[in-house]
Amino acid sequence: MEDTRTLRFFNRGPSAVARLVFFSVLSLALLFVDAKYNYLESARQVIAVIIYPLQRLTALPGEVWNGAGEYIRLQRHLVAENEQLHLQHDADAALLNQMQSLQAENAQLRELLDVTRRADYTMQMAQIAYVERDIFKRKLFIDKGENTNVQAGQAVVDNGGVVGQITRVYPLLSEVTLVTDKDIAVPIQVVRNGIRAVVFGSGNISELELRYQPVNADIEVGDVLVTSGMDGTYPPALPVAQVIKVERDPAYPFARIVCAPLAGVDRHRTLLIVSSVPPLPERPVAEAESDEAQRVKKLVKRSKP
Amino acid sequence: MRQDLARDREFLLPATTTFIVLSFFIAVLLEWMPWRGWMLALRPDFVGLVLLYWCTHKPHRVGIGIAWMLGIFVDVADASLFGQHALAYSVLAFGGLVLNRRVQMFNLREQSVHVFALLLTSYSVYAIVHWQVRGFVAWEYFLGVVTSALLWIPLTHLLQALRRPRRDPNEL
Repeated sequence: MEDTRTLRFFNRGPSAVARLVFFSVLSLALLFVDAKYNYLESARQVIAVIIYPLQRLTALPGEVWNGAGEYIRLQRHLVAENEQLHLQHDADAALLNQMQSLQAENAQLRELLDVTRRADYTMQMAQIAYVERDIFKRKLFIDKGENTNVQAGQAVVDNGGVVGQITRVYPLLSEVTLVTDKDIAVPIQVVRNGIRAVVFGSGNISELELRYQPVNADIEVGDVLVTSGMDGTYPPALPVAQVIKVERDPAYPFARIVCAPLAGVDRHRTLLIVSSVPPLPERPVAEAESDEAQRVKKLVKRSKP
Repeated sequence: MRQDLARDREFLLPATTTFIVLSFFIAVLLEWMPWRGWMLALRPDFVGLVLLYWCTHKPHRVGIGIAWMLGIFVDVADASLFGQHALAYSVLAFGGLVLNRRVQMFNLREQSVHVFALLLTSYSVYAIVHWQVRGFVAWEYFLGVVTSALLWIPLTHLLQALRRPRRDPNEL
């Protein structure tokens, strides 16, 4: 009996408990390294490339279903849609003409005021490859990655407004964290009165929160929030959200302001990657700078008489 | 009970490596289907279930090491932290290995209660890691344990049926 036991022991390697301990420690070490540092990004990218075909395969049924639906759509619908689009086009063309003249005028005015021109940002189309399947997070993957020069930090928008931000770039894919994710914050400005604030994701797909506003803040239901562009990440004046509920309870120091995202955060298949604005000038170092300035002033004073 | 035992001890084809790999492959594909909203919360943990099946029925073939590697792949696909699924699946596989003789004593309905407990542990490990790192827990996540435990019975039937030899070679 003992013989077989020892034989078994050698045949099967370490016991289950030893293995559990080994792999748990390994997982915990990986967890710690991944949570604190960014050393594992390259390993992640390698595995991401390996499993990329599998992921496309899982998205295939949905794509085929959509494609078939598109194919079956009636000619009549297309004709009607086409007609409507033509009308829209004509209307838009008139507006566009108007806008061109306005733009020219604006450029002229800016020149008069000697303000630096706002940089025009470049855009890139991308398709949603697949949507995050983890209930804890609001993320999706798009089919443009390092191969088309996407960079982490770029903003992602659709026709309604800001959808999210690129948080991780793989060789063929990139990961977009939606504005409704709990970990994301977007600096915004209220269109109506220019109040600057920061809007936070709530973790709920259809809600954002405008936190840390005093109870008497001038924010009303229906206010549109646009990016302020002050962070150097989001280009300015992209619509982000609309206020849908304001609770002013004097028992709390801050008002509870709930907003709904203006972009179809969970609707479209095609999105736009917007290149971030050119880097802002370095932030002045407050202490050292002021010391230096004072010293210069003193020197000037001394040299005067 | 005796009938169930008899059926459990029926002659089954040896599980080939191809069959095991294929079962994991299909489980992973099911897991990565575009689930969303409440469907996502109710989604059974297919990979965990198949892993548990093999850990209880073929404990010498599939163990903690394979569970851990599967976990790493799922971590990358789900963009969760490295090691989060790996840790949860390691714990699950350990539970399956330790309880494999005990679980096989019971009939399927009683087995699914065991499966419920094991999956609850594994889900808790995942949620605790998330809570420690990110600071919150989505409670509807645990609904997946219930649907997974319910899925245990059909899944076991399916895998047993696929491993059962055909009496007549011409039978479909």
